[in-house]
Amino acid sequence: MSEIRKIVIDPLIDNNPVTLQMLGICSALAVTTSLLPALLMCVALTSVIALSSATISLIRNRIPNNIRIIVHMTIIASLVILTDQLLKAYAFETSKQLSVFVGLIITNCIVLGRAEAFAMKNPVGLSFLDGLGNGLGYSLILIAVATLRELFGAGTLLGYPILELVQDGGWYEANGLMLLPPSAFFIIGFLIWVIRTWRKQQVEDADYQIHEVHRTDVY
Amino acid sequence: MEAYVSLFIKAVFVENLALAFFLGMCTFLAISKRVETAISLGLAVIAVQTITVPVNYLIYNFILADGALAWAGLPDVDLSFLGLVSYIGVIAALVQILEMVLDRYVPKLYNALGIFLPLITVNCAILGGTLFMVERHYDFGESVVYGIGSGTGWAVALIALAGIREKLKYSDVPNGLQGLGITFIIVGLMSLGFMGFSGVQL
Repeated sequence: MSEIRKIVIDPLIDNNPVTLQMLGICSALAVTTSLLPALLMCVALTSVIALSSATISLIRNRIPNNIRIIVHMTIIASLVILTDQLLKAYAFETSKQLSVFVGLIITNCIVLGRAEAFAMKNPVGLSFLDGLGNGLGYSLILIAVATLRELFGAGTLLGYPILELVQDGGWYEANGLMLLPPSAFFIIGFLIWVIRTWRKQQVEDADYQIHEVHRTDVY
Repeated sequence: MEAYVSLFIKAVFVENLALAFFLGMCTFLAISKRVETAISLGLAVIAVQTITVPVNYLIYNFILADGALAWAGLPDVDLSFLGLVSYIGVIAALVQILEMVLDRYVPKLYNALGIFLPLITVNCAILGGTLFMVERHYDFGESVVYGIGSGTGWAVALIALAGIREKLKYSDVPNGLQGLGITFIIVGLMSLGFMGFSGVQL
């Protein structure tokens, strides 16, 4: 039981795919200008990653080692096509906003990374949970960034006004920068700072230090 | 001709794949510690992008698009749902072929690129370029220019970031920001700089 809990909970903060393993960053940044597409993206990615991990784990003993990447790619691509078609059928407007980024789940390194690192060596159930956990870790960052960007960039959440905008007679002047690409980089950068201040073991060593003695807080 | 030039400028600066669309970020952040490796990877991406975008254009327009199979006597067939699988297959195959050709004829470049060549298959900038080409309905000439332009834009951003990170080694970064954190902030600032190009009228 504790192992299962570890597999699902660990990727949320302690081993987060985005902020620590540096995976799947592309789409994490691009779809976060408002909350609704971000949520949809989270659901799409989490289901693709959980299902692909489970499928790959199911046939892991039959995949010849030297063509395994192609096998993984085919499985992942098929699942992504399925997701893409479902989104187009039931959430057409939002899927238009996501534009090419649903298709880009194929090259999202989290999916392939989990297939390689976990699903190839573990049974179906655990692989599914591992995919789920990593998908949730990714979703956590995505939702945090999207909430900040939509709230401060447009004063709304999921389209409902939260902060009254000046042009509607309220008090909040919308911060346009939040809707532009650079703000996503800044927010993730600061998010990493916050997480690493809290969990000190994640701090990276400096490549090069001029004077060790000047740093009073060397760990 | 003028349209091609402005499309090229647009693909390199205004709609930079890395800084405006966040594509290929994983590789972008991981392989930007040294300028030399950044240049090799940048060249490889330009080469692959220049080939894959036009090839995928041909595949989309002569096999996959709605009614594209009319030349084979099948005007009612719409295979566009197979797009994603075909594109990634083409990319993987082309990278493999490029690897073999370089190994045979230009071993020097092949050795310089090393591990980066196979990694390009999973670089979302490459697949992203193809998907944007399909979404925006470029014609063949435009897709060639867009391939070169978007690859160049990505390479320029990568080499610039590597240059900054090499200098950054000597600066005193707060502990929590060390490594990945400060890189994100720098990329944000670069992206802010590139936003300035968006006002350029072409």
